[in-house]
Amino acid sequence: MAYSDKVLDHYENPRNVGKFDDNDQSVGTGMVGAPACGDVMRLQIKVSDAGIIEDAKFKTYGCGSAIASSSLLTEWVKGRSLDEAKAIKNADIAEELALPPVKIHCSVLAEDAIKAAIADIKSKREAH
Amino acid sequence: MSDLKFPIYLDYSSTSPCDPRVAAKMAECLTLEANFGNPASRSHFFGWKAEEAVETARRQVASLLNCDPREVVWTSGATESDNLAIKGVAHFHSKKGKHIITSMIEHKAVLDSCRQLEREGFEVTYLEPSDTGVITAEAVQKAIRPDTILVSLMHVNNEIGVINDIEGIGKVTRENKVLFHVDAAQSTGKVVIDLEKMQVDLMSLTAHKTYGPKGIGALYVRRKPRVRIVPQIHGGGHERGMRSGTLPTHQIVGMGEAFRLAHEEMEIDNARMLSLRTRLLSGLEDMEEVYVNGDIDARVAANLNISFNFVEGESLMMALRDLAVSSGSACTSASLEPSYVLRAIGRNDELAHSSLRITVGRFTTEEEIDYAIEKIREAVGKLRELSPLWDMYKDGVDLDQVQWAAH
Repeated sequence: MAYSDKVLDHYENPRNVGKFDDNDQSVGTGMVGAPACGDVMRLQIKVSDAGIIEDAKFKTYGCGSAIASSSLLTEWVKGRSLDEAKAIKNADIAEELALPPVKIHCSVLAEDAIKAAIADIKSKREAH
Repeated sequence: MSDLKFPIYLDYSSTSPCDPRVAAKMAECLTLEANFGNPASRSHFFGWKAEEAVETARRQVASLLNCDPREVVWTSGATESDNLAIKGVAHFHSKKGKHIITSMIEHKAVLDSCRQLEREGFEVTYLEPSDTGVITAEAVQKAIRPDTILVSLMHVNNEIGVINDIEGIGKVTRENKVLFHVDAAQSTGKVVIDLEKMQVDLMSLTAHKTYGPKGIGALYVRRKPRVRIVPQIHGGGHERGMRSGTLPTHQIVGMGEAFRLAHEEMEIDNARMLSLRTRLLSGLEDMEEVYVNGDIDARVAANLNISFNFVEGESLMMALRDLAVSSGSACTSASLEPSYVLRAIGRNDELAHSSLRITVGRFTTEEEIDYAIEKIREAVGKLRELSPLWDMYKDGVDLDQVQWAAH
């Protein structure tokens, strides 16, 4: 299968690879997918008191499109409010990366990951 | 290192290039000045000359298998041979019984032929392989019923390269008066085939995995005791009515020459391939969480099927764009399912997703293997740095205990 230049670029030079401390109260973690399905994404966001995403990190086990989808997402969410980040749709990711139909599920997984990370930070805040 | 040509071909079990000696023979059978005639033309020189070339090739194929040339029926390849053998036997013997035995790790040409017969009212037992990837004679014995008419098993598995004990299984089928079909697409030139010793009734062959051309194969059909099949392609009655269609002289000559070379050079080829594969494995096996899939000893010298845990196969192949290899990962298949062969030998989905099949051949060099080792180590290292599963493994998390949000 031929990959788009953008997928290749994110795959060759993934942005924001890494891990924040899960226990940090300003960190929201979203882990989605399953090893048995061939992809697992862990997306983390560091959120300011004002509710702005200051930083984001990811690690992904999966195909090149899954890696590119999560790498792109970390770039997009930085500087956005939680509500703005929540509004990101898988179709936007798929379009930006020119994913073929068979790889759309990679962008769906990325959308699930940011939603899960947002839900995590919200539940952490409510617990306080 | 300077004389390496990219990409490096390490997918010989998918297909092999023609040996230049094969291509040269084929080129002699195409143009007006050459041997272009129809082997079925009985009335003139062009036909006679083509027929002679076809019969020489038939002897060359028979010689590799140690059988009678009259037992070799030309087809378009192993897929057609599998279809002809399985459906041909089933349709001929359906009054005697409607039960067929095969295995879960056969090639799709066998599995889908069996599925078709199931739709026609036959019943099929799919044997489960051992975790090393073999089907034993005992397992076959246990599955045979009074209405069993055919056992169809592969000689060498295409994904893991593991070799079945055809001689042992043949004894069981013969004792039970059940026909035995063997798909030998992956074994010619790699394993000794002796049809005097092996009690095989039908054997599927192809040229293109043994340095011959694509589009030509053969079905061995035993004469003593005589095996009868119903033809699947009807027409001019070529190949004693078993497979009609004008014989493609150039293809057949190519297969003959390829099998002649395989017969002559099998020992040298195998020794070289074993040394290359050993070099490859020893360059990779000291890495953490690396698993060889299938028995490492009971397999052809050319094959290494290996899983790099916590790394997904398609992304690994993406990092290895200089290398032509294949993967059992779902993402590389049309079905989006990970390799059914690896799952059948008890590998979990993760390891199936993480597998690479690397197959070496007659033209592979040590320099190419060394380059492949370096690139694979680099890519696996890079992708593990990106892998949340690798992180968790390093943190001592038991991945089997994690509740995954499956999608």
